[in-house]
Amino acid sequence: MQVRDIPMIKTVQRSLLGLALLFTGGVAADEVKVAVAANFTAPMQAIAPAFEKATGHTLVASFGATGQFYTQINNGAPFDVFLSADDTTPARLESEGATVPGSRFTYAIGSLVLWSADASYLDGTDAALKAGQFRHLSIANPKAAPYGLAAMQVLDKLGLSEAVKAKLVEGQNITQAHQFVSTGNAELGFVALSQVYKDGQVSSGSAWIVPDTMYDPIKQDAVMLKQGANNPAAAALVEYLKGPEAARVIESFGYKL
Amino acid sequence: MFGFGKRPAEVVADDGRIHARFLVRHAGFTLDVDLDLPGRGVTALFGHSGSGKTSCLRCFAGLDRPQQGYLQVAGERWQDSACGFFLPAHKRAIGYVFQDANLFPHLSVRQNLAYGQRRIPPAQRKVALDQALQLLGIGHLLERMPAALSGGERQRVGIARALVTSPRLLLMDEPLASLDLKRKQEVLPYLQRLHEELDIPVLYVSHAPDEVARLADHLVLLDEGQVRASGPLKDILLQPDLPFAGEDDAEAVIDGEVCGHDAAYHLLHLRLPGSEAQLRLPHAALPDGHRVRVKIKARDVSLSLQHAEGSSLLNRLPVQVDSCQALDAQMLLTLRLGEQRLLARITRYSFDQLGIHVGQALWAQIKSVSLLAP
Amino acid sequence: MPLSKNDLDAILLTLELASLTTVLLLIIGTPLAWWLARTDSWLKRPVGAVVALPLVLPPTVIGFYLLVSMGPNGFFGQLTQSLGLGTFTFTFTGLVIGSIFYSLPFVVQPLQNAFEAIGRAPLEAAATLRASPWDSFFSVVLPLARPGFITAAILSFAHTIGEFGVVLMIGGNIPGKTQVVSVQIYNHVEAMEYAQAHWLAGGMLAFSFIVLLTLYSGRSHKMRAL
Repeated sequence: MQVRDIPMIKTVQRSLLGLALLFTGGVAADEVKVAVAANFTAPMQAIAPAFEKATGHTLVASFGATGQFYTQINNGAPFDVFLSADDTTPARLESEGATVPGSRFTYAIGSLVLWSADASYLDGTDAALKAGQFRHLSIANPKAAPYGLAAMQVLDKLGLSEAVKAKLVEGQNITQAHQFVSTGNAELGFVALSQVYKDGQVSSGSAWIVPDTMYDPIKQDAVMLKQGANNPAAAALVEYLKGPEAARVIESFGYKL
Repeated sequence: MFGFGKRPAEVVADDGRIHARFLVRHAGFTLDVDLDLPGRGVTALFGHSGSGKTSCLRCFAGLDRPQQGYLQVAGERWQDSACGFFLPAHKRAIGYVFQDANLFPHLSVRQNLAYGQRRIPPAQRKVALDQALQLLGIGHLLERMPAALSGGERQRVGIARALVTSPRLLLMDEPLASLDLKRKQEVLPYLQRLHEELDIPVLYVSHAPDEVARLADHLVLLDEGQVRASGPLKDILLQPDLPFAGEDDAEAVIDGEVCGHDAAYHLLHLRLPGSEAQLRLPHAALPDGHRVRVKIKARDVSLSLQHAEGSSLLNRLPVQVDSCQALDAQMLLTLRLGEQRLLARITRYSFDQLGIHVGQALWAQIKSVSLLAP
Repeated sequence: MPLSKNDLDAILLTLELASLTTVLLLIIGTPLAWWLARTDSWLKRPVGAVVALPLVLPPTVIGFYLLVSMGPNGFFGQLTQSLGLGTFTFTFTGLVIGSIFYSLPFVVQPLQNAFEAIGRAPLEAAATLRASPWDSFFSVVLPLARPGFITAAILSFAHTIGEFGVVLMIGGNIPGKTQVVSVQIYNHVEAMEYAQAHWLAGGMLAFSFIVLLTLYSGRSHKMRAL
């Protein structure tokens, strides 16, 4: 029998290792770089500190347009994880071999809302939209943002596409679409519910939460990119996003799961 | 100083003269002048650099606006600060010749000349373009651009350009200062002709005594922004309390008229107004009646009580002593010669020895006479 | 040609915007540059700094402040509304206003330099030759400042063609009104329509190059003649 086989020594070894891990948590921990769709900005900013606290890893997030991220990733942008605003872009990346196979999952299902910064403009229904008394209606670019596409689907369903065509203004992404409305330049606009929803209600202005039968579900998929394959922080983030704490935050912002 | 109190706006009678009063205060320099100048001929503004000559000229032009000022030219009031009246430069009938010609680089000589002329109504165009071209000898340069002209040519074009606006007053700011000796000598005769052939009063700024002696009828001496003397050129040159007469090369300026030429001895004869005497000097022939100006240095004039025969001195003229002034070991005398006056400098010893006094008739023996202008 | 109607509209719109902005800037910029070149007032420095601001500010900053101030709650927006003109965001007029701010120093600075280089002497000569201040401005200053005007026009035109950040903030991507080429290229890339992006971008590159080449050779011609 050798010294290291003595039970006491084994305990000491494990304790020391545990201590070491405890104290060197920062050094041993990793950093995960995430590309996040603009509409998920607020929830991600709430999730990030909780994640960091729970796992000891660092999270660095970039927020922006899904289409832009796709181009950047294809050109070597150093992201580990990608949270898209749609499901087609991650699928495309997967088919192009840019991702870790089998890592794709839906992290949130988006809700569309018609919103005005003016608290008295909308009454919870689509009356104001149908009345057409506005000068500008803001949406995200339908070609580049799924929320924009969804907005067009709603307008088609309501038979208003032609009527509002001249009044449409397009933001380059959902954030800009929101910006147009929040500065009052557009009286109302189709934005992500998550942008105006907090703690279970629309936090300012007035809104009509669009019934999800009126548009194709905005499934927002996440995927681990090739770069994140051996990154423990990336794996930890994916796990966390699927977990209950994250789910609570996500739902509180108006997403479904 | 000059009584710059409130004056009512009077309609001034045209006495044919130029009246100017300017007060300009800058940091470190004050121009304070009160001038009454003849409305004809060339008046030189003479002085060292920094004496205020150019400032003064610019006030005449209206390019600078003095704190207080009054200007009347040929019966027209151009400025009267007492009633807040100031005629801007472009409304004054002036011609201005800058030190460096200041031609418009983007226009040809012809276009430069036409620039001013176009801007006065045809009725006021008294100086014809042809006349100016001929006077300044620039007819062959019309299609050239200023960059292709020499310094002297540029200056002549600048003068012509100013003339062609038929100004009431021609202002020249050291027009020869930026030229080398050769060019100066090229342009000077043209200025001479200007003086003789045109009837426009000229204000001529210069710090070169030769130019002044050659061109001016009236001289204003400026020193540190103040007028030290103002009067006919010939008188100023003789005044003993002014820088000119007291200098080593003090000289008098005499006008004469050609009345003959001795071809054998290569001598030019000049008649002097108011005197029977004639001046003779070695020079090429000039047409009879041609007016010339000569200068005679004080140190080249000696005196004798009698007419001395058997002397090599070419000119021995009867004169009368007009004034005398002691200067250290010497005596400075002004001598009347017909209508004009000469300067003579002799030792006080000789003065006492000969018993010279004012009013005395003497003989002046002149060692050399130089022609200022053909 | 694989350029859609939207693409062609975008090109036309961009050219309109650049031309109109250049013309307006020359009109506005000339008196401003003249004042800056000639004044001794204490205001010269601060005004010069304000004029130079768009050189250092990111276009998105300019665009953002325009978005807020031209909107119904902003100072400028309330002014235009009270005049019955509505708000200028999402309009071509709004883009022109934005472009004027954005390209202002590119016009004022070359002009100011050209005016300063002329100096006082030619103007004094003109005054002594009976030219009133207006007269001497048109007959002496403008011809002598011509290279400065050409530079200002070229810079303004080229700069406005490339304008992106400002348009992005206040344009709203409306075809035929605010959808300029730079935004349209961005749209194509976003939507992964790379072929169209290439055509549009390549076309604008070639066009700009030819325009600049022509203008620059014309300019050096004139310089040689002087």
